[in-house]
Amino acid sequence: MGYDAKLRVWRGDDEGGELKDFTVEVNEGEVVLDVIHRLQATQAPDLAVRWNCKAGKCGSCSAEVNGRPRLMCMTRMNTFTEQETVTVTPLRTFPVVRDLVTDVSFNYEKALEMPAFQPPAELKPGEYRMAQVDVERSQEFRKCIECFLCQNTCHVVRDHDENKPAFSGPRMFIRAAELDMHPLDAAENRKEFAQESQGLGMCNITKCCTEVCPEGIHITDNAIIPMKERVVDRKYDPLVWLGSKIFKRAGA
Amino acid sequence: MARAINSEIKAGRGSPHGGIFLDIASRRTPEYIRKRLPSMYHQFKELADVDITAEPMEIGPTCHYVMGGVEVDPDSAAARGSIEGLFAAGEVSGGMHGSNRLGGNSLSDLLVFGRRRAGVGAAEYATKIGERPKVAQSDVDEAVTEALAPFTRDSGENPFALQAELQQNMNDLVGLIRTADELEQAIKRLQELAARVHNAAATGGRAYNPSWHLALDLRNMLLVSECAAKAALMRQESRGGHTRDDFPKMDPVWRKVNLICKLDESGVQVVKQDIPEIPTRLLDLFEIDELHKYMTDEELTRHRDGGSLSDTTAASEGGAVNGVRRETARLARRRRGW
Repeated sequence: MGYDAKLRVWRGDDEGGELKDFTVEVNEGEVVLDVIHRLQATQAPDLAVRWNCKAGKCGSCSAEVNGRPRLMCMTRMNTFTEQETVTVTPLRTFPVVRDLVTDVSFNYEKALEMPAFQPPAELKPGEYRMAQVDVERSQEFRKCIECFLCQNTCHVVRDHDENKPAFSGPRMFIRAAELDMHPLDAAENRKEFAQESQGLGMCNITKCCTEVCPEGIHITDNAIIPMKERVVDRKYDPLVWLGSKIFKRAGA
Repeated sequence: MARAINSEIKAGRGSPHGGIFLDIASRRTPEYIRKRLPSMYHQFKELADVDITAEPMEIGPTCHYVMGGVEVDPDSAAARGSIEGLFAAGEVSGGMHGSNRLGGNSLSDLLVFGRRRAGVGAAEYATKIGERPKVAQSDVDEAVTEALAPFTRDSGENPFALQAELQQNMNDLVGLIRTADELEQAIKRLQELAARVHNAAATGGRAYNPSWHLALDLRNMLLVSECAAKAALMRQESRGGHTRDDFPKMDPVWRKVNLICKLDESGVQVVKQDIPEIPTRLLDLFEIDELHKYMTDEELTRHRDGGSLSDTTAASEGGAVNGVRRETARLARRRRGW
């Protein structure tokens, strides 16, 4: 059942590195992470790799396998032929710490900038009531395991560090959409924040993020596009614009 | 359940990969399974090509939690023992789940003992002590030397191989079903492993180096393994996750003690420590019949019906009476806000 697989792994640190070739035993039912662990245990004890649950639920073992952003624990070795060389490299969008481990602080900084859920003033905890359909709509985005594969694959920041200050990325767009759709969230400027501070407009809906999401979240269709539409409704619809002018005048 | 699965496999009725088959497909609709067990459905589909809405899955019991842990003060989560200012945050504190943790309880455990107990407890301690404790430079130097030692062992062993050996030893001899013979054998092997663990070597640099981390962690793994094996050997009964093939019954006398492990020059020492008595008001919430399995006759004399111990089985007309009492107990529980 077992065979010797050809593996090419990037080794190095923030000062540089290179792809190294290895031959590692593979057994039935194994995933890329198992093989990386065997490589570590038998040939490269100091190979840095971040991992935790081995079940696709913690989002730690994100890497690029044959150039595709993947969770290593959910990438089965039998999706490759036995002759194929499997190349494993660190996420390209984030700075390398060492080998396959990257510094994903960018994502946490963007999360910090995001205004949190604002509780409705008139309701105390325990008094919140929501329709099931509203719960389910935002529940899709709560499935996010923060593997940051969507952030990694997004061409707005991949190879474009200069865009990072102005762009929060798909992971934060689903959070914005979730809060904007939340019937009890009291914050009223979610749309403005998404456009002005998160850089929602820089996304040109190529759906790469949706394609790599291991949780199957419809990032583009269910979060980004509806959010863009709501921003347009608010800011560029001439009737809404006119209405807001009239309303403002009447109120003044 | 784990014991039943184990005995089926031992009797040669296991599945091809040495487990058993669990079939939910014949009992629930595919929609129900996908909705209620999304992760399980997803994992079996993605990792094994098994569609659990249509076919049975192969499963097997495995060790996935440690019921024991650091002995703490229940109100502050401060570790008992000689180190002041040491707090156990979250799941690492022991004794929370008795002999068998129920699914889902770890989450509340880590919330309560992470934030409310250890976090708040540590903060209170830190504000109270006033002056910051000073660390002796000689202690720091010693710790640095010890931490860096794996890099200096040129002919040392591969820590990953040692970990695999330790794992196999614990799985084979201190696993699901235990016997005195095997536990003694395990302890002996752990002692042999100890010398080798202290010679574990790390290669490479200091930045994010798993072989170095493991070389250091192995000492703790070994210590915890020794605690588990020695306590399991001493506890001559079966209870919750601990099954002794040579003592298959649960024994109420053993419920009265916790086993505490202490480390001294000669290794891990296990001592019995009495657990606090259950207050009578809590004891009285149960029917005495429910308690016989768990408590000694002596303890049950403190129960409201404890005086008439010998009559309990004879009271055959007691059905109605019992029913009434059970209702009272339920009301009492409700009144206390349970």
